[in-house]
Amino acid sequence: MSLLSVDNLSVAFGRVRVVDGVSFSVDRGRTLGIVGESGSGKSVSTLAIMGLLRGASVTGSVTFDGEELVGAPAERLRSLRGARLSMIFQDPLSSLHPFYTVGEQIAEAYRLHKKASRKVAHERAVEMLGEVGIPAPRRRAREHPHRFSGGMRQRVMIAMALACEPDLLIADEPTTALDVTVQAQILELIQRLQSEYGLGIIMITHDLGVVARIADDVLVMYGGRAAERAASARVFDDPRHPYTQGLLASVPGLGRGTEGPGGGRLRAIPGNPPLPSAFPPGCRFHPRCSVALDICATEQPALLGTVRQVACHREGEL
Amino acid sequence: MIVYALRRLGAIALIMLVICAITFAIFYLLPDDPALDACGKSCTSARLADVRHAMGLDQPVLTQFLSYLSGIFAGRTLGTSGLDCAAPCFGYSWQYASPVWDLLLDRLGVSASLAAGAAVLWLVVGVLLGLMAALRKGSLLDRGIVLSALATTSAPVYLIAALLIYFVILQGELLPFPDYQPVLDNPAAWVASLILPWITLAALYAAMYIRLTRASMIETMAEPYIRTARAKGLPERTVVVKHGLRSTMTPILTIFGIDLGGLLAGAMITETMFGLPGLGKLTFDAIGKSDQPVVLGVTLLAALFITLANLVVDLLYGVIDPRVRYA
Ligand SMILES: Nc1ncnc2c1ncn2[C@@H]1O[C@H](COP(=O)(O)OP(=O)(O)O)[C@@H](O)[C@H]1O
Ligand code: SF4
Ligand SMILES: [Mg+2]
Repeated sequence: MSLLSVDNLSVAFGRVRVVDGVSFSVDRGRTLGIVGESGSGKSVSTLAIMGLLRGASVTGSVTFDGEELVGAPAERLRSLRGARLSMIFQDPLSSLHPFYTVGEQIAEAYRLHKKASRKVAHERAVEMLGEVGIPAPRRRAREHPHRFSGGMRQRVMIAMALACEPDLLIADEPTTALDVTVQAQILELIQRLQSEYGLGIIMITHDLGVVARIADDVLVMYGGRAAERAASARVFDDPRHPYTQGLLASVPGLGRGTEGPGGGRLRAIPGNPPLPSAFPPGCRFHPRCSVALDICATEQPALLGTVRQVACHREGEL
Repeated sequence: MIVYALRRLGAIALIMLVICAITFAIFYLLPDDPALDACGKSCTSARLADVRHAMGLDQPVLTQFLSYLSGIFAGRTLGTSGLDCAAPCFGYSWQYASPVWDLLLDRLGVSASLAAGAAVLWLVVGVLLGLMAALRKGSLLDRGIVLSALATTSAPVYLIAALLIYFVILQGELLPFPDYQPVLDNPAAWVASLILPWITLAALYAAMYIRLTRASMIETMAEPYIRTARAKGLPERTVVVKHGLRSTMTPILTIFGIDLGGLLAGAMITETMFGLPGLGKLTFDAIGKSDQPVVLGVTLLAALFITLANLVVDLLYGVIDPRVRYA
């Protein structure tokens, strides 16, 4: 049984359904990468899992360690958050409270979930800061977030997320705001902590390079739906969905797009992703798809396949 | 921080000097002649000259100004009248036949009582209602609160005071007309005389604080660090109070300090309408009677309160917000 199984998850704000029937699963010690352009529903899907969406209607099923989370009491979700399910975000500065020391902020969740004393929790915070590679953790625990660099702040966020030794870490674009060398360090850190703690990880990113580097499985999202879902190696060696192919072709040195007929030329997908209020009928990718058929504009392609799943009318032909 | 505070205090002294000079110049340029009032009804030009001489008004303006300044620190004798005005001497009110400083001290207790009570009321009511509105944004409760805040802000203070006087004192006879007693002499009378003025001022300011708290809280609750607090599994109460309110109170504190500083110098309309013998009423009367030394004294005191309140707020900011560095 998977640590987390998401089945047919949909999320609507009012009458606008921004996530539509998405399914995936994550095992202990494994990493699922969720990729897609901005607005494709990556954050909303995972916030829904965490029970952090306010004013949204969430349907489908999310089972975490055998327990159904959709429709679970808010209090139950709250007791899981920060304890067994953790999340880190894109902008580590604004995600940390400016008025509290990083030590206080890390200790807070530990005190709450482990019923630890202030002192024990503070020790834990210092220990975690050391664990995520912050030098002089005892001294730095007493400093406020604005005294840390971007990369160090993200380390603080990771320390905070992992203080209670959760089973699942959701990382929503954790390296997007960081520069390239720091990005690599943070990814390395996450991987090291994963093997140490046996964490299941969902890595959300619009950067295929990040996914190629650390994901075991990949879910490609487009317009609130799954476009393709498979083991990472398959997706990068042999992308089947025209959208995945387009994504790969737009990144240097990844997949076969660069060695293909284009001869290493980068090709960005023309046009922009649709807004949820104006999702096109049929395949939501059809207005931008270079191989679309007539049927694509009217019929929604089903997500088919076993080892790999692709939602495209032309799956198998291309 | 001490260096910063000292530097700021120096700046305040400079500002006070400038304000003093400007006010002094304005009075000098005004057509009103204080000697005329002091001279009385059967004033002849010879007597007027005598009075002017006695009051020191025949001196060049710069001399007058310098003697005023030195009087603040060293005290002085007024003109040739032989009247002694001990330091700090802010001039002498011929109207009240008293040094201005004594008048100010005498009235300050009333204004401070008024300001402090009103401030507690409006802060509690304003922040609580603003918070409730923000947390239930868009609800009926929110709309009700915002609407009544709007209505109260648009009501002029004399209208609120007049309504309270009419309904509570005249019609309802629930309270006697305010007869101010110092709190230590008679606490019950103190409260009884201040309760309506407190409500008047609090209503006025609470409306503003409701809107301020609401806006600030809505902004804060949309911050990513609030999402982080929820992601940690904190109970919503902790999220709101420890993480939300803490940030929300920072801008409110600034305004609060300045409002309080301003009010200490007297709520002119409120004090006058309720007949409270505070600085505001003193000013009101003094303006009516062109009692320039009193107006000058109150102006300086008000300026001092406001600049000091600003300094206190800025220093407190550093305590609340660790990102603030004094430079
Ligand atoms: N609270 C909300 N109310 C209404 N629409 C929202 C809300 N949050 C996100 N959306 C919309 O849902 C869509 C998916 O957003 P998101 O999951 O954040 O995308 P991303 O894949 O970039 O993380 C976007 O079009 C966004 O505008
Ligand atoms: S279903 Fe049609 S439009 Fe959609 S990706 Fe496949 S070919 Fe393109
Ligand atoms: Mg996102």
